[in-house]
Amino acid sequence: MIASISWKNIWRNRLRSGVIIAAITIGMFAGVFTATFYKGWIKQRLDAGVETEVSHIQIHNREFGENYELKSFIPESAKLEADLAKEDFIDGVSARMVVQGMIASTETGTGVRLLGVDPEKEKTVINLYKKVADGQFFDGVKRNPILIGKKLAEKLKVKVHSKLVVTLQDSQGHLTNEAFRVCGIYSVGNGMFEEMNVFVLKTDLVRFVQMDEATSHEMVVHLKNHDLLKENGEYLARKYDQLLVQNWQQLTPELGILNEYGNIYIYFFIGIILLSLGFGIVNTMLMAVMERVKEIGMLMAVGMSKFRVFWMLMLETVLLTLTGGVFGILLGLLVTAATSKKGIDLSFYAKGLEDMGYSSHVYPTIEINMVVVIVILVLVTGLIASIYPARKALKYKPAEAIRIDM
Amino acid sequence: MNVIEVKQLEKVYNDSEVKVHALNGVDLTIEEGEFTAIVGPSGSGKTTFLNMLGGLDQPTSGYISIGGTEISQLSSSQLIDFRLNNIGFVFQAYNLIPVLTAKENVEFIMHLQNQPKAERENRTMALLKAVGLEGRENSRPNKLSGGQQQRVAVARALASKPKFVLADEPTANLDSKSTENLLEIMEDLNKKENITFVFSTHDQRVVNKARRVLTLEDGKIISDVRK
Repeated sequence: MIASISWKNIWRNRLRSGVIIAAITIGMFAGVFTATFYKGWIKQRLDAGVETEVSHIQIHNREFGENYELKSFIPESAKLEADLAKEDFIDGVSARMVVQGMIASTETGTGVRLLGVDPEKEKTVINLYKKVADGQFFDGVKRNPILIGKKLAEKLKVKVHSKLVVTLQDSQGHLTNEAFRVCGIYSVGNGMFEEMNVFVLKTDLVRFVQMDEATSHEMVVHLKNHDLLKENGEYLARKYDQLLVQNWQQLTPELGILNEYGNIYIYFFIGIILLSLGFGIVNTMLMAVMERVKEIGMLMAVGMSKFRVFWMLMLETVLLTLTGGVFGILLGLLVTAATSKKGIDLSFYAKGLEDMGYSSHVYPTIEINMVVVIVILVLVTGLIASIYPARKALKYKPAEAIRIDM
Repeated sequence: MNVIEVKQLEKVYNDSEVKVHALNGVDLTIEEGEFTAIVGPSGSGKTTFLNMLGGLDQPTSGYISIGGTEISQLSSSQLIDFRLNNIGFVFQAYNLIPVLTAKENVEFIMHLQNQPKAERENRTMALLKAVGLEGRENSRPNKLSGGQQQRVAVARALASKPKFVLADEPTANLDSKSTENLLEIMEDLNKKENITFVFSTHDQRVVNKARRVLTLEDGKIISDVRK
């Protein structure tokens, strides 16, 4: 019955309660939609970063470093590749040759990272083959096919079947160049990656730099269970301690930070919204309590315990907060559901976003545990906001309160 | 049996620099089944005395016993519990809970006492019938007249099966017809159910109905007339 009284008391002043509920609804809608937008954005970036760009784990010679020394290849890489393929937690391994060079079209030239790959093995570690926007993934060109990024194609002003000249230093230290033909143009929504990375057949590249066919600088590993990244990575690092074993969080620290602190940022943002709304809730409840001095005095006079009076007012506050909170959360989820399939086009910011590696088309994403945490935060806000008004009510003396003329 | 026993009751207020002796040694006993009116001018200590009888305030000294229990030494939370189970209140301004129906207002007291649902419902309907509000149980206070609201208040006061009902100026906001109706109901309940009523009033009609009239002046009972 106390709950029924609390719920009905909310609607005694419909305008006042309506205003505060509307404020909470709008605040929660903003918070939830921002959270799902941000989550979708992060997830896309992570998915792109992990599944399309770096995969789960990469292994290098410890001396390979940032200079991409041709001589710093992985010793016995063929054996390593075979051993890795036997591990039951790994579902894809691809050995790459990595060489820095220059690429030029008839219009212009730029520095790039050439990745010599086996196309079929490459498909087991990254999903770049699904991101070919024009042309094909190493089909359609018989000799020296090259796969380049969309941003690079725009810069070089080339298209599929265009000819490009690659210049690099071979294993003998000589500058050499070779012509390649564009077999495909990929688009991953990461301008930096698209400009820097070009893919060629490993067999072509080893011939180009005059090295052994089995030479590899980079072993890319895809795990069956992404959740065991840390454990599997540590296992491989211990097993191959003479090599540098890194997971995607270590290869791309900015992605690791995004993942780790993304949720904290979202909850902090929502916490600030709720804190500011909390003051409004306290104010509303204080007005309600002060209007009902006589009634509260009567309730205590006829024998309603202080605990029950406190409970009644606390419930009233919590129900008020939850009503607005639930409406706002539902509205946020509805808008998220409506925008999650087609996405939100931020192309007016596109150049800046894509240059930083973020997609200009965002697909908001709902996570159930995030919704649960937000509901709990709303509940906690209601509970905390109820304390001061309820304590104020308990200070009323029944004998005085029932005789107040309102 | 004595429902109310008061001995040498004193109440001194020290709120300002001047001490106010609101009650100056009041002695009184009220037996079960009495229909008693307490009258007195403003400043006589009537309100203070009522607060003491209702367990809403503690005396500075003296003894109050309700139904054999001394309440003068009870803590505030003990007093709340005591009031719930022993005293029924009827206020001047009805003081019904506006968001509840007549039935729910009466039932509310028994809910506080943790009475079972069936018992609550049966007794509520019986009380509303006794005060002549059968058929209006689902009306909220704003749909009832002043007299009807006060009758709901009487039913609510009786819901907890109190030792006595304390009615503070119950007819002050009523027209004459409603006053007459209310007094008849209360008198009827007093005679048939032997319910003890203690009124504080300025209303001569109430004084006329009362079988005992106590007059308070300057914190003392100066007159005790039984009819």
